Amino acid sequence: MSDGLDHDLVIVGSGPAGMAASLVAAEHGERVLVLDEQRQPGGQVFRAMEKNDAASRPELGDSYYAGSKLIRSFRRANVDYRPGTTVWHVSSEGEIGFTQDGEAKIVKAGHVVVATGAMERPFPVKGWTNAGVMSAGAAQVLLKEAGIGIENAVFAGTGPLLYLVVYQYLQAGIPVKAVLDLTPAENYFAAVRHLPAAILSSGKLLRGQKWKRRITRSNIPFLSGIRNIRICGTGAVNSIEYLVGSTWNKIETQNVLLHQGVVPNINISASAGCDTRWNERQAAWTVVVDEWFRSSQSRISVVGDGAAIGGAVAAQHAGYLAALGALERLGKIDTTIQTKLARAHAVALRAELRLQPFLETLFRPARHMRIPVMDDVVVCRCEEIHAGQIREFVGIGCSDPNQVKSFSRCGMGPCQGRFCGHTVSELIADIESRPVGEVGYFRLRPPVKPLRLSELATLSDLPKVD
Amino acid sequence: MAVPSNKTGNTADVIVIGGGLHGLSAALHLSMQGVDVTVLEKDYCGRHASGVNAGGVRRLGRALPEVPLSVAAAELWQNIEQLVGDDCGFESTCQIKVAETEADLRKLQHRSKELQDLGFDHEEIIDRKTLRKLLPAVNPECVGGMVVHGDGHANPFRTVQAFRHRASSLGAQIYEGAQVTETDRRHGVWVVRTANGNRHEAPVVINSAGAWAGRFADQMGDRVSLRPAALMLMITARLPAFIDVVVGATGRTLSFKQFENGTVMIGGGFEGQANLETNQTTLDFAGLATSARSAIAIFPIMQKARIVRQWAGIEGMMADGIPVLGPSQSEGLFHSFGYSAHGFQLSPICGKIVSDLVLTGSTDLPIAAFRADRFNT
Repeated sequence: MSDGLDHDLVIVGSGPAGMAASLVAAEHGERVLVLDEQRQPGGQVFRAMEKNDAASRPELGDSYYAGSKLIRSFRRANVDYRPGTTVWHVSSEGEIGFTQDGEAKIVKAGHVVVATGAMERPFPVKGWTNAGVMSAGAAQVLLKEAGIGIENAVFAGTGPLLYLVVYQYLQAGIPVKAVLDLTPAENYFAAVRHLPAAILSSGKLLRGQKWKRRITRSNIPFLSGIRNIRICGTGAVNSIEYLVGSTWNKIETQNVLLHQGVVPNINISASAGCDTRWNERQAAWTVVVDEWFRSSQSRISVVGDGAAIGGAVAAQHAGYLAALGALERLGKIDTTIQTKLARAHAVALRAELRLQPFLETLFRPARHMRIPVMDDVVVCRCEEIHAGQIREFVGIGCSDPNQVKSFSRCGMGPCQGRFCGHTVSELIADIESRPVGEVGYFRLRPPVKPLRLSELATLSDLPKVD
Repeated sequence: MAVPSNKTGNTADVIVIGGGLHGLSAALHLSMQGVDVTVLEKDYCGRHASGVNAGGVRRLGRALPEVPLSVAAAELWQNIEQLVGDDCGFESTCQIKVAETEADLRKLQHRSKELQDLGFDHEEIIDRKTLRKLLPAVNPECVGGMVVHGDGHANPFRTVQAFRHRASSLGAQIYEGAQVTETDRRHGVWVVRTANGNRHEAPVVINSAGAWAGRFADQMGDRVSLRPAALMLMITARLPAFIDVVVGATGRTLSFKQFENGTVMIGGGFEGQANLETNQTTLDFAGLATSARSAIAIFPIMQKARIVRQWAGIEGMMADGIPVLGPSQSEGLFHSFGYSAHGFQLSPICGKIVSDLVLTGSTDLPIAAFRADRFNT
């Protein structure tokens, strides 16, 4: 191609944000490549929807099937969509490295939209690495993909997704042993001041209430006001203990499903050099973007829950805006058209985000659930590094997550720090009484997803780096 | 040269610019002699090449002028705990250069002979059978190799920390986040200013600023043309233990080793791009793909290994591949840099050499080949 580019726009992820962005770009005649790890479009929220239908799988609920229209449009759009593809590198120069069917490729794009969504927040409590412990999100993946439920599990944590998965389990008739609600009591008071704004998005609020009511009206124990949990058993779970007041109580169980909210999956954007910022209310690293979701790297936009948590509907509107921002940067539309096309989505996005401060405040996990107090809690699952080891290294002068990583191997495993990055930043900040934003995050290295040596060996005909 | 001791404010006997391994080693050896040392590091100690290199402790295949230094360094490595109070994760096994063809093997035989003529016998030629015995996973088509027993590898970041802690426990003042912005010599004293607004004074300065050392040397009239290089490495997820020695190739560039934890590190002299202003490196995936093919060719077992990290450290490379080590033409200034791709093993001895040069004006080891003015014609 004369411009030396393989594609005008490469979109990483085909969740609501990625699908919306690719629709807009394709409508404007752009050469769009969409890369996604899953076999079908939809992202996590609409995962495997094309396999399911509301008649035979009603338990997945309205909010799930709400994505069907977007998926149908995406399927009709003139884009080069590659499911089952792993993106392992995005550079600030717009090069994208990915693997498909055992072969690695590097393509060059005029602009990259990173729409990699959220990931579940680490839940570093005693016993969280035991066999039989899963995240509620992973349990939901099983339910959507294969209709499989984990029977007689104890759910523990906080956040809308926790209630949704329990709700879906109950609707599907999968037995649930108990729900331990770890929403801190003080959050209810703190969230009150955000309630007036939240009431303007009452639909979403009511939907959450419906899930919760379904749970509390069922006959399964729903225990709130819980201050702490620990998962017991050597190797495999045999029980979970929870603290109410000053008493530890016990529930025998072989399965525990944990969840305490989601955080942006920033691995691709941070490794591409996009600036990140610690968001105290979300207690999460977010990507710094402008109103068009353009990051500090001019060729890269980061959109949807992968930039900051806002949910599926917000992600979809943001996806449209991000595409318009990219088209304007590439000189394909002028700012007048951009503004005109953006208006409705910008209004809808603002409306959708009105509930966010309330949700973030209400479901902000307790500090001791994010920062392990006990030294024997595992922080890095891949390398089995405990909180005590990290405290030790910080004590001898490692005050940067990268020093902790070099020294302890925490964050060096195949997950690339996804399971421990947030914990390490907050732990160092806590030990040294510094702001998390100042402590920083791991410096991320490619490949952001594991890549086989035999796959890398297939690389040839690379675009020239300038 | 006798150095008077002083202890007031930001004055020292010696200022070391650069908190990498070579700077810290010089600081350590000087501190051991009771010299008051200040180390100025622009980022944090070991942030660049020193902390992220392959950790090879290697005499094998050294450039001839470096061989005496490397042999002396190997002795210090055998007792590294005595020097720095930590074993630095040093594993003394051996290093092997694999010959894939008869032509490779002839090249190695020639080299080994050359070294013997100089009086060194640590490089030993091995046949196919011995190679298979030392490296059961090696491609059976490889014909032999060259081995140095007693070579091995250490943990770079841990080594940096050990040198740093020992130096500072002996009184060295180490300032991190202290980028040198200005150096001035007045009445026999260097005045060094840093970006964070501090001022340091000392009669002697050591330039061990790694990839950043060239600019300062140039300013001081030593035209060394140091080139920043970003040498790329990659590391795999854990594999069952299959090799306990460090391996290189003869007909292609490869550096290969498995750590105790099962991860495998693959290097091989391929460069990305370094940016000295932003500290950032850009990887060249064509080079990494070549390294991947080399690793698979010599160890077919690597085919399915999963790479978890690829990176490049910023290093300073000289045109002739050997360092600058010795006095500057400016008074009170000593250089120790240009170790790209091969400085890790040398660090304990080069710090000693710098210390000897500062304190006595000479060293027992031959360093004439490393003169800063060797490119002046």
